[in-house]
Amino acid sequence: MYRFRIGASVRRFSVSALRRTSSSGVKQAMPTSGAQPPQGSSISLKSATRDPSEYGTRPIYLDMQATTPTDPRVLDKMLEFYTGLYGNPHSSTHAYGWETDKAVEEARANVAAVIGADPKEIIFTSGATECNNMALKGVARFYGKSKKHIITTQTEHKCVLDSCRHLQDEGFEVTYLPVNSDGLIDLELLEKSIRKDTSLVSVMAVNNEIGVIQPLEDIGRICRSHKVFFHTDAAQAYGKIPIDVNKCNIDLMSISSHKIYGPMGVGATYVRRRPRVRLDPIINGGGQERGLRSGTLAPPLVCGFGEAARLMLQEYDADQAHIKALSTKLMDALLSMEHTQLNGSRIHRYPGCVNVSFAYIEGESLLMALKDIALSSGSACTSASLEPSYVLHALGADDALAHSSIRFGIGRFTTEAEVDYVIQALTERVKFLRELSPLWEMVNEGIDLNSIEWAGH
Amino acid sequence: MASAQEILSLYRQFLRYSRQFENYNFREYFLRRSREEFRKLKEFDGDTSAIIEKAKKELGVLRRQSKISQMYHFDKLVVEKVKKH
Repeated sequence: MYRFRIGASVRRFSVSALRRTSSSGVKQAMPTSGAQPPQGSSISLKSATRDPSEYGTRPIYLDMQATTPTDPRVLDKMLEFYTGLYGNPHSSTHAYGWETDKAVEEARANVAAVIGADPKEIIFTSGATECNNMALKGVARFYGKSKKHIITTQTEHKCVLDSCRHLQDEGFEVTYLPVNSDGLIDLELLEKSIRKDTSLVSVMAVNNEIGVIQPLEDIGRICRSHKVFFHTDAAQAYGKIPIDVNKCNIDLMSISSHKIYGPMGVGATYVRRRPRVRLDPIINGGGQERGLRSGTLAPPLVCGFGEAARLMLQEYDADQAHIKALSTKLMDALLSMEHTQLNGSRIHRYPGCVNVSFAYIEGESLLMALKDIALSSGSACTSASLEPSYVLHALGADDALAHSSIRFGIGRFTTEAEVDYVIQALTERVKFLRELSPLWEMVNEGIDLNSIEWAGH
Repeated sequence: MASAQEILSLYRQFLRYSRQFENYNFREYFLRRSREEFRKLKEFDGDTSAIIEKAKKELGVLRRQSKISQMYHFDKLVVEKVKKH
């Protein structure tokens, strides 16, 4: 098998990062490619029931919350702008400018159509992180003279929390709303937390770690009745759950392109025009994008994003049915194992995100044992640290549970064969890791782990 | 109004170009979606000309993108069978 792979890589041009690390010498023993366990590990990654040499080595991608593969139809759109249509969309004196400007405006209309907005209310940015910064800092600073208070939740994405931390340094007050064990915020508490000097409420639509959908319509109604702006981080929700900015009274929304099979490096903020939301721009300059985000737009990215948005709308029913079916299959299989539990609400959830805890196993060691499946225990930003997830902590999970949870992301391009493989791999390896675990042995003997006094603690 | 034969030929081309994707996930996706859409079209009675026009455009995209997919090779996925020479 190995000889075959090297032979193939000589004949063809290979861009595989996994293989590049291993192609230094032909006679070398099987190197540790991405799908191999660390050296000395006793974990076998290959199922005993099949011949591994007949199959590939690249891991299955199940981390759709981190990013999604670019749809070929999106790439097809983008290539037009990398090959011929290279005009600056802001050049208003010649045809090169006009044609890209027209394409950019079409993209804007496509992005707006998904959330029932007016195209003029869409501001293109570099991504959802910039959108969140722009919305939070922009609104807070613009109304900062009279309004010094912001409300957000404990389970927000790091970029919202960090922007809030930054605003606190500038003298703003921030309330971090707790969530219940389902991951949902308490609407009564939200209403009670709104003060006279509150300028903004920021609640994410779909949580990136647990897939919980917050009651946007209720939050929007509360905010509107108190005349407070409502911002929602919809990076994980845009195009995946039905959101209407007018029905939900959303004033600002953050959208990311690479979560909807579009290119990386582009996003959009929805900024309501009636009643008008005013904000202090972070980036000043030539006054593009209504002066809220200066700088030349990137037509290849923007138009790819527009095409991705159009496809989200066009493929909505097919995607939903496919993702729901695979998600149900995966969830049922994982939860039928002993001592596993689903994190977050069972009802208010986006099916494409399944977060499951496997008790008595260390999440990181499970991830190591699952090198043939690309998974994460939380957001990509925090995956480098071994700290347990703050989102699961906010749900009231203890350290052990937060450590042993894994997030599965299912998308448009996930196949049933992949889900079947994942189910089999997890069932086998969870069993294997538990057999190694002394905790598991004690649990089986009926010892309550909480009653044990650990030495050295 | 497109004839049944024309639709069948279009369907065959969709399957052909979908199959040519080197990337497993894209290949499976376009095969699945082509089958679903043409099955729907079979049930559809009414004027199909607008749908056929759109499908022809999408076929162009598929033809170009399947070619591009063939130009870049990555390792096969763990669920994919490696073809033996």
